[in-house]
Amino acid sequence: MPGDTPSPGSGAVACVRDLVKNFKGAEKPALDGVSLEIPTGRVTGLVGPDGAGKTTLIRILAGLMAPDKGSVSVLGGAPGKDMEHVGYMPQRFGLYEDLTVQQNLDLYADMRALPADEREATFSRLLEFTDLARFRDRLAGALSGGMKQKLGLACALVKTPRLLLLDEPGVGVDPISRRELWAMVQELITDGLGVLWSTAYLDEAEKCDSVYLLSEGELLFSGDPAELTCSVEDRVVRLTGFEKRRRKVLTQMLDREGVIDGTIQGRSVRLLLKTPDELKGESGFEIAPAQPRFEDGFIERLGGGPKGTSALAEAYRNIEAGDGPAIEAKGLTRRFGDFTAAHDVSFSVPYGSIFGLLGPNGAGKSTTFKMLCGLLTPTEGSGAVAGHDLRSSGGRARAALGYMAQKFSLYGELSVAQNLNFFAGAYGLEGRDARHAVERVTEIFELGDRLKATAGTLPLGFKQRLALAAAVLHEPPVLFLDEPTSGVDPVTRREFWMHINGLVEKGVAVLVTTHFMEEAEYCDAITLIYRSEQIASGTPDELKSQAADMADLDDPTMEDTFIAMIEASDAQRPQEDGRAESEAA
Amino acid sequence: MSALIDNRRLSAMVAKEVAQIRRDPSTFLIAFILPLLLLFLFGYALNLDSTNTRIGIALEDSSAPALSLAGAYQNNPNFEAVTARSVQPLKDMMVRGEIRGIVVIPQDFGSGYARGNPPPVQIIADGSMPNTANFTRSYSEGLLNTWMANEAAARGADPAPPIDLSLRYWYNPSLTSRNFLVPGAIAIVMTMIGTLLTSLVIAREWERGTMEAMMATPMHMAEFLISKIVPYFVLALASTALCTLLAVTMFGVPLRGSIFALMAISTAYLMPALGQGLFISAATKNQFVASQVALLSGFLPTFLLSGFMFEISSMPTIIQAITYIVPARYFVPSLQTVFLAGDIWAMLLPNIGIMLLFGAGFFALCIRVTKRSLD
Repeated sequence: MPGDTPSPGSGAVACVRDLVKNFKGAEKPALDGVSLEIPTGRVTGLVGPDGAGKTTLIRILAGLMAPDKGSVSVLGGAPGKDMEHVGYMPQRFGLYEDLTVQQNLDLYADMRALPADEREATFSRLLEFTDLARFRDRLAGALSGGMKQKLGLACALVKTPRLLLLDEPGVGVDPISRRELWAMVQELITDGLGVLWSTAYLDEAEKCDSVYLLSEGELLFSGDPAELTCSVEDRVVRLTGFEKRRRKVLTQMLDREGVIDGTIQGRSVRLLLKTPDELKGESGFEIAPAQPRFEDGFIERLGGGPKGTSALAEAYRNIEAGDGPAIEAKGLTRRFGDFTAAHDVSFSVPYGSIFGLLGPNGAGKSTTFKMLCGLLTPTEGSGAVAGHDLRSSGGRARAALGYMAQKFSLYGELSVAQNLNFFAGAYGLEGRDARHAVERVTEIFELGDRLKATAGTLPLGFKQRLALAAAVLHEPPVLFLDEPTSGVDPVTRREFWMHINGLVEKGVAVLVTTHFMEEAEYCDAITLIYRSEQIASGTPDELKSQAADMADLDDPTMEDTFIAMIEASDAQRPQEDGRAESEAA
Repeated sequence: MSALIDNRRLSAMVAKEVAQIRRDPSTFLIAFILPLLLLFLFGYALNLDSTNTRIGIALEDSSAPALSLAGAYQNNPNFEAVTARSVQPLKDMMVRGEIRGIVVIPQDFGSGYARGNPPPVQIIADGSMPNTANFTRSYSEGLLNTWMANEAAARGADPAPPIDLSLRYWYNPSLTSRNFLVPGAIAIVMTMIGTLLTSLVIAREWERGTMEAMMATPMHMAEFLISKIVPYFVLALASTALCTLLAVTMFGVPLRGSIFALMAISTAYLMPALGQGLFISAATKNQFVASQVALLSGFLPTFLLSGFMFEISSMPTIIQAITYIVPARYFVPSLQTVFLAGDIWAMLLPNIGIMLLFGAGFFALCIRVTKRSLD
């Protein structure tokens, strides 16, 4: 190990100093001079978007990687030496999917040398704690995402560790499971245990006792998350009562020098200002102070969000709204054998608006999405995209839409230029049209320097831009977005939605599936899908006020709303085997 | 860190591996169904003896000697002969692939024969299948010579040739190809289990992210490797036993050596086979690449370069040189020896030694590439 072993402060179970880690072929170091300390008795948050260096840091602490520079001390020694007292849950939980819940626990108990006489007591405690007792004999691979994650945690806890490393335990898991897991970890906290919780969700960061904020390998902030939140106090406001469309207002506001950041929240626009008095004395809207969030502080540290006007939208054609809606679903039902994946889903999306399909994993939103893309034939019901019926003219319907997914939508082995040319061809653009389209998006998304780079090696933000660029090459009137910005840093996410907002103003209709609540705020209308059924529909504000009544909440967030509605839906049905059972299906 | 190998951790890892094997139907397929398939294939379908080659006889002459010669072809068990009056219909049959050769008995055969100067008999073979063509040619020739000699002897013209050549084929008196193919098939089966199956197991742990979780426990890498070897070793030996049982009972292959010798050479061969599989798995960390590499570097050389299908001594020198680095080259002859000849330790021991050396080499490589690190 290079350097001397640093001496951690009193009560710290792990400590790193000035860590540097380079990977071959990468433009920037994965970690660049990061220092961190994990004290006992609290949850230390390691926060940052994908690719920030969180996993690398955790792996170094687990002794699975060696740093290039800097020093590491874990439980008073070199990392990887005393693994009996370190619990580690990797991103994919480290479970053997072809073994049962019990077999997984047995294996980890033996690996960590849990004394035989403590076995049964420990297992029953952990199984009760994770609510997995009913599933002892189920294969781990047949568990739902949330249950796998709990089993992963149980496996990391078979022998009570002194240091618990959790690498993005909340990723790919619905908000309810995330909350449950958070509560479980809170319960574990004792004087003898230090927990490092890594996350890309900034709302999780707010709940940590102290956080380390990473971005592209650099430490942007460390300390009490409230400190960062406080730094923007008085400067976060909510605008309401304007007559113009909210997206127009946001665009205009973002173009002002004095506005650092802005997002849409239901009918209102939320702004982070340079000075509290920036908007003083202006009319046309009402200003109310808003609750500052950790994310506001993060954005300010990153140098603010993007400006409001989208070059992509400026150059985009005006979509001539035809008669009827842009996207229509009428009683869409899809059955796989006995299992109904989506039941009687109906909605319609006019041109110039965003519609959101929300729901936990496996609820049926992907099935609905695939039916509308023409990738699955509905068992019952019908659908249309840009006036083309999916059954009779599926090909034309597909030609009218642009599709973008956060994952899997690009060819990682091809260069940026090859990807763009391929998608231009795939969308039926030829010759000069194709060339112009590729040049246009190259300029707008500033891809010029990277045309020859292999798409798979691009930083995440650029992959995101490239994916959007490929989806809009043929200027489609309808855009389908599948979890477009999960895991992306907040600045890139804002940039993405800035483009989408601009396109919507040009008349484009957007359908988005997400379990990421911030994305839901951008929608004009939402339908919440749970257990294959639409359990609620409406504008974000309507849903929030419904949830406020249902769960007696004051000013609920989108996430509160989501959870309240799912819990209400569960309460209505007979409690045979609870939520977990249906999730696993 | 505790002792190098902890029995409790090791047995937990082995138990885990066994549970995975039991739950994975493809393991069972490769270990038990595939060997059955291979044995049946090599025992019944693939037969290097050419019996019943279909040929045509163009009988353009109807004299007694011509008929007698044609009768000799028809009565020979190696041929199934159809007769025609001219070449033309037989030519068409050959084009359609219905016969593999034509023996033309010319129209003046009888009269020429009576003069003691028979015209040449033409033998036409289908060159598109060289093996069969060779066989057809040499057998037809032999048969013709035998017939001539018999006829001559019958007429008392020229009694028995001065030297009587008496042929004996040792170890496989009937020259049944099954007797050396079936033991060879055992080598193929062991390679499939030892190399192909194990090449997948470490790669699978990498792909599924379980490797990372295991490395973050107190586990030692030696325990990890041993836990991968033990179950597949047992599985491969069980499969060998099954193959041997079938070979002896169903296919009537003799087992002249001892079970002990058979197990000794099998164990020795499993060392390089398992070592190679684990090395591929640890080095590629990807199941697809691992399986391709295992097929190319394990299965194909065993099939082609071990002397199982093709005799090494008849290969070009450069290829012969390459066979020395194929562990199966030492295993296939050992198997054939144990089955057909007996416990010839003078021949088996050096082979066992070489196979163990290969095994040690692969395990050394394996330990080199299996690091407790994600770097």
